[in-house]
Order: sequence, then structure tokens, then C-alpha cells
Amino acid sequence: MKIADVLEETYSALSANKVRSGLTILGIVIGISSVIAMLSIGFGAQSSIESSIQSIGSNLIMVMPGAQRGPGVTVSAGRGSAKTLTMEDADAIKELDLVKAVAPEVSGRYQIAAKGQNTNTQVIGTVSAYSSVKNIEVESGNFLSDQNIASASKVAVIGPTVRDDVFGTDADAIGQTIRIDKTDFKVIGMTKAKGGSGFNNTDNMVYVPITTAQRLLTGNKYVTTINVEAQDANSMTSVQESITSLLLTRHNISDATNADFSTLNQADIIATASSITGILTALLGSVAGISLIVGGIGIMNMMLTTVTERTKEIGLRKAIGAKAKDISIQFLIEAIALTVIGGLVGIVLGWAIAFGITYFGVMQTKVSWYSILLSFGVSAIIGIVFGYYPARRAAKLNPIQALRFE
Amino acid sequence: MIEIKNITKIYNTGGSDLYALNNVSFKIEDGEFVAIMGPSGSGKSTLMHILGALDTPTSGKYFLDDKDVSTLTDDQLADIRKSKIGFVFQAFNLLPRATVLRNVMLPLIYEEVNRDERERRAKEALKAAGLDQQHFLHLSNQLSGGQIQRVAIARALVNNPSLILADEPTGNLDTQTGEIVLDTFQKLNAKEGKTIILITHEKDVAEHADRIIVIRDGKILSDEKNNKKRII
Repeated sequence: MKIADVLEETYSALSANKVRSGLTILGIVIGISSVIAMLSIGFGAQSSIESSIQSIGSNLIMVMPGAQRGPGVTVSAGRGSAKTLTMEDADAIKELDLVKAVAPEVSGRYQIAAKGQNTNTQVIGTVSAYSSVKNIEVESGNFLSDQNIASASKVAVIGPTVRDDVFGTDADAIGQTIRIDKTDFKVIGMTKAKGGSGFNNTDNMVYVPITTAQRLLTGNKYVTTINVEAQDANSMTSVQESITSLLLTRHNISDATNADFSTLNQADIIATASSITGILTALLGSVAGISLIVGGIGIMNMMLTTVTERTKEIGLRKAIGAKAKDISIQFLIEAIALTVIGGLVGIVLGWAIAFGITYFGVMQTKVSWYSILLSFGVSAIIGIVFGYYPARRAAKLNPIQALRFE
Repeated sequence: MIEIKNITKIYNTGGSDLYALNNVSFKIEDGEFVAIMGPSGSGKSTLMHILGALDTPTSGKYFLDDKDVSTLTDDQLADIRKSKIGFVFQAFNLLPRATVLRNVMLPLIYEEVNRDERERRAKEALKAAGLDQQHFLHLSNQLSGGQIQRVAIARALVNNPSLILADEPTGNLDTQTGEIVLDTFQKLNAKEGKTIILITHEKDVAEHADRIIVIRDGKILSDEKNNKKRII
């Protein structure tokens, strides 16, 4: 049998029962499109979390007081309670090779009040380099200057959420006064809205000079975090190592396991987050994969029904000279045609769903070639696997009995 | 030419052997029109299956155009059916949602004949079977019983077989339509020189052939020239 004839036979067989073929294809369409859409949500979440981690600064290493406890846990390890890091440590780190900028910070939650309105939020005392290290952009006014730090001015840069809370939406906050823990600060700038970034929302923060914060808010000389920006991504590990050895020396600690500080590499955070979103993606993908298998079983079911229904036709075909091979190829191609058509429609639909999810702002999605190839390959394999048994059954029919079948 | 020698077919039904055919022998020359007649259970269907290369005998030889068909494999039998045998069935067995032309062309797709040639040969066969050209593109379920059986005859003719096997071809038709179909067979035999074997249980139908082989209980009861040939 020529391949063109096989395809023509397939077309006429499938179009003879359009509703049933359509419903069977629908099963595959749903399976494939959900695999693509689910994987796109997973990959989208992964890349949006990664970019959100990137947005808190690039090539960032955070040095925090407290013991090293392994990635993930260190984010909150002894934060603010252990007092081991000082401004002098930060200054020493600044002198290390491959370090681009250093921004120490002290932070704490305080009551902010202005004009009778008040809010409770994170106040960060820091230096001018903080804006470049942490990618903070200023919407209006200015960020803290070196002059502000040196003179311990009572000035503050606020986030847009703080402005909304204490001055009202769209109010001009520059030049106004806010009260932080019994001290008045003059607002000199407002940061650009960034949106929540997972770990802490930079829109809901108040920045003041670190010197002012130590003197008036915390009342001591310690810092809560030292943010270090490395020259480039490749130097991160070596910078992290040299910070560790520098601080061990400065704090007179000989055994690294007893370190009174910990360093957190941005790459580690991304790796941890990626492993979480990877599990999420696998979970979504496998749920969708189940629907793909259900679709495949639908194909097998339809093909088995078809073989029974067309027993007489199979008998006739064998009587007029079709070999077992001709019959099995015909039924196998019918099954594969169903999955391939379903696969193509499913890819388009899955893509459209992913596009829709992004377009209507539900969440970021990312359709990867990998998921398209995967689902198309899987659908073709499903056609072969679930079409094989019915096709064999058809091919093995005895022509005499098949012709007598009622 | 068809020659069967000492054909025996035994079915094993629940431990006991059933002789569907018991030592049957005959010879049919090219261009003969033979009726094989017998009541149901006589073994005529088994004989038709063996003559049609759908089945092989338990013992004995079957030569079709001097080729021994009795010991072939399934695929080899399929090749014999494809090139040497045309079937006409009682139940017509046309593809219901296909056109007349496509039904007739069906055997040729297994012979890998190209499309133009297929169409040419199918039209030729339909003309020989006496179907009007206006019906060629109709679906088979839009035709009358007599027309359907002519399409089936055309399908049996299209591969230019050595032997046309008609299994109760008038069984599902009224007498008048049946006569038309039998007339078609007579014309094919007389004008085109086709070898035709007609399997039936009706004497009236069998009497359209030139020779009648009567079979009963798996054995040949009589094998005689038909002196009372009915011509329409």
C-alpha cells in the first residue's frame, strides 16, 4: 500500500465519524495544551523569581551577624539580635580586591508618623552606595548623599507605599517632615515603585543615613547587614571567600565553624529558589501529563471501538488482498493522525493560554521549545503506544470470521 | 484453471472431528460458469473459502493456474486473493460512506496501482458490470440493491482475476433484481470469458450456470452439465 493511499484511507475513515474523531482529538488537545500551559507557568514563575532576586542587586553578597546555618535558613539567622558586625568591618571589606561597592545597613521596624497619619514599617539606615548596590532608583528628589552620612543629617528617603500611607496617594512628599521614633526627619527623596520582590518589599521602606540611625534609633555602633557588590558574577565566590577570611581575622576567630557572621551569596539564593520552582514545574507538568495519558487512553478506546465496528470492513479488505501489515498500518496511522492533529492544536492552544495568562496579568509565563518538543513527541508516542494494540487486533482478525461478523 | 484433488477439511469441535469436506475433487476450466449447490451445512461455504484462498484444507491439493495454493502462508494467500480472485458477497460489503468509484478502486490500492490507472480500470469494470455512469460518484447507500450488487461485481472484476467467486449473490435481493444480477454474471462469462463460480442453495439460481456441482455432507453428490440453462 502506498503512503498516499494510507493517508487517504485515514482521512476518509476519520472524517466518516467527525464527532467521535473530534472528541478523541479534544482529549489530546487538552492534554498537550495543559502540559504546555502548566510548564510555561512553571518556567515563568522560575524566571520571574530569578529576575526579582536579581532586582535586589546584581552580584550581591550579604554579610550578616550570627552563625552560618546553611542556605535558606541564614536569611533570618540571628538577624538584628547578634551584634558582631561594625562599620569598621564594612570599611575593611571595601578595601578587598574585586569588590565594587559596599553598603552596610542597620534596620528595624519603627512607627512612622506625619500629619496625624501613621504606619509601621522597615527603616534602613545606610550609606549612599546602597542605591547602586541594591538597584534602588529615585523617583523624585535625591537618595542619601555622602554629606548626609558624614553629618548624620535627619533626612529620609521613603518608598512610594510609605508616601501613600502617611501623605496620601500622589501627594508630593519632598520637603515634608516625618517622625520616626520621636525624631523628625525631612523627606528628601522618594524611590521608584519596584513591586514586591519576594523577600522584602522595597516600596514600603524608609532610608535614613546609617550614622543617624545608629545614633538616634538603635543607639549602638553595630550594623545588621553588610551588602557587598562584586565586580562581576565570576568573582562572587572568591569575594565571598576573602570576606570570610578577612572577618575571621578581624574578629580573631581561628575556626571557621565558630564564625560569628555568615555570608549569603545571591547565586545561592537563586539556586535555592530555582530548585523550589523546579519542583513546582515538575508538579504542574506531571498533573498535566496525567491528562495527556487520559487522552491517550481515549484514543485507544476509540480505536478499539472502531476496530469492532469495522470488523466487516477489515474482513472485506483482507478478502480483496490486504495483508495483516496493511491493516495494522492503516489503524496505527489513524491513531497517530488523531494524536498529531491533537498535538498541533494543543500546542497552539497551550501557547494561547500561556499568552493569555501573561496578557491579562495573572502571572508571568514562558513557553519553551523544550516543552513543545516534549509534548509533541509524547503525543506521537502515545499515538503509537495506544494505537498499537487495536491495530494488532484488527490485523489478526480472521477474514472468514470478520466477514460473517454482524 | 482450477483443480482440487482430495480436499479434506476437518474442524475439531469439542473433541470430535467434523468433516466439513471429505475427499472432494474436481476441475474447472477457464471460462466455465459453475454453480456449487447444496443446503446449509453441506460444506459449500468451506469449499468457497478454500477456493477463495481464504482458508487452507486439512489435506489435499488445490492448484489455481497450476500454482499450489493449499500450503501457503497468510500473506501468500493474501497475494493470491489480490491478483487472482474476485469476491461477490451476499451482504455486498461495500464501504458505506465511500463513493461507488472508490469502492471499486479499493482492491487496486493494495496492488499499488497509480491513481489514474485505478480510475480507468474501475470505470471499465463498472461498465462491464452494467452500472450507469451517472451513479459512479454516488455513495453506495444511495443505490438500490441491484445497483449495489453490480458495484460489488465491478469490484470483483477490477483486478482482472482468474476466478470470480460469488457467494449467494442474490440472497439479499428480490427475485427480479436477482435475475438482473445473474444476467450480469452470464454476460461476463459469455462476452468477457470470465471464470465464475456461483455458490448457492437455490436450484433456480444454480440453473443459470453451465455446470452444477451438488454437494452434501462434505461430499460431491453430483457434478453435471446443466441442460436446462436459464437465460434471461
